[in-house]
Amino acid sequence: MAGYIVRRVLQAIPVLLGTTFLIYFMVFAMPGDPIVGLFGEKTPPPAVLEQLRERYNLDQPFIIQYFIFLGNIFRGDLGVSFSGQPVVEILAQTFPVTLRLAFLSTVFLMVGGIAAGLVSGLRKGGIFDASALVVSLIFISLPIFVVGFVGQFVFGIQLGWFRTTVGSGAPWSDLVLPAIVLATGSFAQIVRLTRASVIETESQDFVRTAASKGLSRNRIVPVHILRNSLIPVVTYLGVDFGVLMVGAVVTEGIFNVPGVGRTVYQAIIRGENPTVVAFVTVMVLIYLVVNLLIDLFYAVLDPRIRYAK
Amino acid sequence: MKIKRIGVAAIALAAAGALTLAGCTTGSPESPGAGEASSAIVTVNNTEPQNPLVPTNTNEVGGGLVIQNVFAGLVYYDAEGAVHNDVAESIETDDAQTYTIKIREGLTFTNGDPVDAESFVTAWNYGAALDNAQLSSYFFESIEGFSYDENVPEMSGLEVVDDLTFTVTLKQPESDFPLRLGYTAYFPVPASAWEDIEAFGENPIGNGPYMFEEEGAWKHNERIDLVKNEDYDGPREAQNGGVDMILYASTDAAYADLQGGNLDVIQEIPDSALETFQEEFEGRSVNQPAAANATITIPERLAHFSGEEGKLRRAAISHAIDRAEITDVIFNGTRTPAKDFTSPVIDGYSEDIPGSEVLEFDVDLAKDLWAQADAISPWTGSFQLGYNADGPNQGWVEAVANQIKNNLGIEAAGAPVPTFAEFRTSITDRVIQTPFRTGWQFDYPSMFNGLGPIFGTGAGSNDGDYSNPEFDTLLDEGSAATEVEAGIEKFQQAQEILFEDLPAIPLWYTNSMGAWGEQVDNVEFGWDSWPILHQITKSE
Repeated sequence: MAGYIVRRVLQAIPVLLGTTFLIYFMVFAMPGDPIVGLFGEKTPPPAVLEQLRERYNLDQPFIIQYFIFLGNIFRGDLGVSFSGQPVVEILAQTFPVTLRLAFLSTVFLMVGGIAAGLVSGLRKGGIFDASALVVSLIFISLPIFVVGFVGQFVFGIQLGWFRTTVGSGAPWSDLVLPAIVLATGSFAQIVRLTRASVIETESQDFVRTAASKGLSRNRIVPVHILRNSLIPVVTYLGVDFGVLMVGAVVTEGIFNVPGVGRTVYQAIIRGENPTVVAFVTVMVLIYLVVNLLIDLFYAVLDPRIRYAK
Repeated sequence: MKIKRIGVAAIALAAAGALTLAGCTTGSPESPGAGEASSAIVTVNNTEPQNPLVPTNTNEVGGGLVIQNVFAGLVYYDAEGAVHNDVAESIETDDAQTYTIKIREGLTFTNGDPVDAESFVTAWNYGAALDNAQLSSYFFESIEGFSYDENVPEMSGLEVVDDLTFTVTLKQPESDFPLRLGYTAYFPVPASAWEDIEAFGENPIGNGPYMFEEEGAWKHNERIDLVKNEDYDGPREAQNGGVDMILYASTDAAYADLQGGNLDVIQEIPDSALETFQEEFEGRSVNQPAAANATITIPERLAHFSGEEGKLRRAAISHAIDRAEITDVIFNGTRTPAKDFTSPVIDGYSEDIPGSEVLEFDVDLAKDLWAQADAISPWTGSFQLGYNADGPNQGWVEAVANQIKNNLGIEAAGAPVPTFAEFRTSITDRVIQTPFRTGWQFDYPSMFNGLGPIFGTGAGSNDGDYSNPEFDTLLDEGSAATEVEAGIEKFQQAQEILFEDLPAIPLWYTNSMGAWGEQVDNVEFGWDSWPILHQITKSE
């Protein structure tokens, strides 16, 4: 087990290096000079332009810029934003917010999606199954910003159940509506996946054996059926964590959540390379960690899976 | 009736009297009414400042609104753009070139540092010095000693006479210099700031009607909390207890908060609400021309747009655009068709400058002029209009292109550039090969500001490389005039030349738009399209 974890962590290093390089290259290749953008409609004086380019190392060729960036990272210095704030500080402020949003959203997905999928699977062809299918199809066909705006208008402005946007400090209660909106994007997949998996597991021999042994339905469903049906669903949740991060860009914009998505979006528009690269690197890191955790979780779900070698 | 969120007990004093009185007269719960000071905190939307909050390094609206309210300059602008003294006791000159500026006695920054001649001169020298690479350095260009070729730590044109007096010598006479002094770049900075200007940019200490609620009141990407500066002694005394600026990444989210009652004042209207906001917030919204305009620049260097042919074609294009229709249909009346090169809120504005007929929609004349140009050299290719696609431009650009296409019978289309930075870079580097959209947001309410920096030969923002000696002469004469009226006359004559050459085709003035909730009163938007925060009152 320990050996497996060490191997996975070592594998993450080249992945991270590759990602920073790719991201840095893409940001670098973005046309337009961010410093010119700073001046708005006004044309910057050439002398000032030169000074500023020098300050942010923008006058250097790409590969030099990249190595300066890498060197600084190892010294724990991720650079500063145009507004003079250390990127490390921005990371520390925004990531907890987005992680909380993604976590809440995952909880909603697991509770809502898995429950609906389980019931659908157990009562295949029933009314619940049919309506769950319809609802999840509606969610899957609506872009997240539509769900976001409609949700904000109906539940925030019309009914007043939730605050229209997320207030100062992003309290959990304000994050509920954005998390639900974020969850709708993957809701359908989770429901369908759980349903199919439950149906398949239900026809397995061990389930029939359990029933013949005289075990109650209350024991068979959670312990025998659900647990064994969860492996594909959990895998999907891991992959989906990345999708949640992406969806956060839109959702955070709509609900004014001071999180990662909003910050990255603004940094891209403003061409703040250090901020963009640092954020994406941390996102990749989180993605890797989440997926490692999920792989480890398999062993818990199915004791036949062993990582020891 | 509860006084909400008072940081310092003293803040309530002024308002408390009013509140108690209102409380005594039983049966009139309405308070505080119009004109009365309140101690409640007003919330307003804003965007994350792009740069540290140093006056000479703040050139965009997000940071500008903060600087504007945390600092006080020598002069300030009222809602109409008229100039009044704030920190200045007097600003005097005989020749429009040398100015003697006297500062009112006894003013201090919120940390106790005195507001003196030194606090202005040091700040200006810092802003101008090349090594500091301040974004607003060009505002000091006209002061004697300024240079972009070498680092000048102290400009020869600035001289401290005594504690409260300093003189400014310009490179040449510029009569509108005093008008500029209300712009954020000219604000004073306390002596203690220079020890660590970076820390100052994070927690600025000013002398204005408001101050930071506490160290670290700028919660990045979230909010900036300002409270009333009790020590501020000037014409802009705050009529509320403070202002919380909530930082939004999208105007839509801010608008939703206004609808949901979580925001008092919104200083922008999202595109999605342009059609409805005036009805929804009836009597509590504003939609009026501001000191900003939109134009199309067609550089001489483009094929078919030089010399006499170019003049004819520009005039033809101008006549082919139905400005009223576009401002009405595309912008829902939130733009005002242009009648000159400046803006209706600028002193000296006139609708009837000779030559302004070129802005009238006239298809026959347009066709005629285009045919005359064709006689010089037949038109080839298609007319493309460059714009940045990350802003709300596509709609109107396509509409303008369609009108040109239909009315002149030529191929015309929009030419999108993905981002603003890329768009501006291609313009700055002179590599853009199409006509392109331009716009000007006035820095200070003076006609010169809308003409000199854009159309003067070799001027900083002369994107089309326009040059006309006659125009330059008139600008210089206008600047040298010591009488405001005489100056304006020259500037209007200069515009006559622009109407003939059309280095840029004026389209419309950008309106300032905003709305506010029932709980606030006395909301007014200034000439610069910012809400005038200090005079807002709020019940509760």
